[in-house]
Amino acid sequence: MLAFAAKRLAQSIVVVFIMSALVFVGVYAIGNPVDILINPQADQAEIAAATRALGLDQPLWRQYWNFISGAFAGDLGKSFAANIPAVRLIFERMPATLELALAAMVIAVLLGIPLGLWAGLKPDTVSGRAIMAGSILGFSLPTFWVGLMLIMVFSVWLGWLPPTGRGATVMVLGLPVSFLTWDGLAHLFMPALNLALFKLSLLIRLTRAGTREALAQDYVRFARAKGLSMERVVRVHVLKNIMIPIVTVTGLEFGSVIAFAIVTETIFAWPGMGKLLIDSINVLDRPVIVAYLLIIVLIFVLINLLVDLAYTALDPRVRLAGRST
Amino acid sequence: MIAAQAPLREFTAGFARDRIAVAAFATLCLILLAAIGAPLVSPQDPYDLAQLDILDSKFAPGAKAGAGFTFWLGSDDQGRDMVSAILYGLRISLGVGALSTVIALALGMAVGLISAYAGGWLDNLIMRLVDLQLSFPSILIALVLLAVVGQGVDKIVIALIFVQWAYYARTVRGAALAEKRREYVDAARVMAFSARRIVFRHILPNVLPPLIVVATVQVAHAIALEATLSFLGLGMPITSPSLGLLISNGFAHLLSGRYWISFFPGVALLITIVAINLVGDRLRDVLNPRIAHHYGA
Repeated sequence: MLAFAAKRLAQSIVVVFIMSALVFVGVYAIGNPVDILINPQADQAEIAAATRALGLDQPLWRQYWNFISGAFAGDLGKSFAANIPAVRLIFERMPATLELALAAMVIAVLLGIPLGLWAGLKPDTVSGRAIMAGSILGFSLPTFWVGLMLIMVFSVWLGWLPPTGRGATVMVLGLPVSFLTWDGLAHLFMPALNLALFKLSLLIRLTRAGTREALAQDYVRFARAKGLSMERVVRVHVLKNIMIPIVTVTGLEFGSVIAFAIVTETIFAWPGMGKLLIDSINVLDRPVIVAYLLIIVLIFVLINLLVDLAYTALDPRVRLAGRST
Repeated sequence: MIAAQAPLREFTAGFARDRIAVAAFATLCLILLAAIGAPLVSPQDPYDLAQLDILDSKFAPGAKAGAGFTFWLGSDDQGRDMVSAILYGLRISLGVGALSTVIALALGMAVGLISAYAGGWLDNLIMRLVDLQLSFPSILIALVLLAVVGQGVDKIVIALIFVQWAYYARTVRGAALAEKRREYVDAARVMAFSARRIVFRHILPNVLPPLIVVATVQVAHAIALEATLSFLGLGMPITSPSLGLLISNGFAHLLSGRYWISFFPGVALLITIVAINLVGDRLRDVLNPRIAHHYGA
């Protein structure tokens, strides 16, 4: 187990290095940020001074060296636009994104598992079919368009919820959160629902498929034959068996929720790091783009690593398969 | 001849047994016809400035303009008829989606076949790359790529190819590895055919059909991704208004209650994606022998 963990960790570190080089070259090697940041009327000397100040006059490998040695010290350069450290800028925005992503996951899990269970237990009823049709729709609906329609209905027509922004926040353990105030909740609800929609459909399908498969197994028939009520069989036997894949997928999908938050945050003007990325791309604020990408790479690699390790710890079959190759 | 036709007939019959899939297929054909024939069927050319009148702008759906012209789905802020804009937008969205999928399929297939046939370190390297890419969501990869290379129709096609190829490469490699162990490949090798000939003339035709089904569904993903990127302002340029760009334009008018500029292009997008997904699902069911026993039941 320890050897596997060490090997897996080494792999992750290699991935982070490869990605950092790719990101750096991709973002820095193309175009000249000076053109965008400097007053077009500036003369040659001013342009040269600004290029030097930004460190853009040095050869690419040296820029990368500065960048990677800075990265270890937690310094990924200053934002060209805001003139504060890019990493600080992102960490300021990260709590908002994490809260949104967590809220979306909670909605997806709380609705998806019961609905999927219902659709799996009663696949041929009207309600079961309706749930499945809904999940197909959830897969097909373009997320950004659903977001616009939510704003249309709940903000413009009904006037119930605010269309944009984050609203009032409360500090908890030094982090601002919105779900503890009514205003914050009202602002959180629509973006979280919007972001949850796709994962909700996924969880419904997954739970339904798992339930149908579990119901056909001998242990369910045996438990029924033993005289247990259907409710108990589902709650104790079926649910326990389908939870492993569901928990895995939920964990793995968390990274993609953070990535998709880019779209949702842009629609609802949610002040998270996804909106920051889009704003930075629009003004070509490279340090922020690079810092965002590196942080997201780290998050992804970390999630994959944790899920892999948890899976190996839970399921000995994976461990054995890993040893034989 | 009969022997060759029988599987096709069986396939058509299998497909037709699901009424929803047939309806989806009919819808898809209609959408394709409308998109291809957009200049012929749309009430106006939405990008010919001579036909636009700024006085017609922001009309609600069903409103009549002076010259007896009815804006069935309303008009946008330039006085553009939404029906026409949607038909032209469909053309662009479908074109970009289909083009990028076809190229990505060809590219992924070539890489996957090479990987499967070569084996060894090359196979290992390619598959590590594929794994690495597939561990990140496609929207993130496409966004970064577009942030680097800039805007344009060609750029977005490149981005869509880039996010799709890895998926095909992995699928083809898996299928080709299974085929490689079959007897006909051994037979071809005994005949001393070249590796290239075996790969392209023998293995390729056998892995192609299931792949085309996967590609059908991928077109829907590509269209949705393009729309999302265009909405974020990183996709199509204003000169090529896809459905995503139309929706994006409508965003500015949403809060003042003019829902139709965003709403109807979104509906068109939704219908297209659902139709493609339903047809793709059915194709997969019919072609997959494991599930094939159950259809009709």
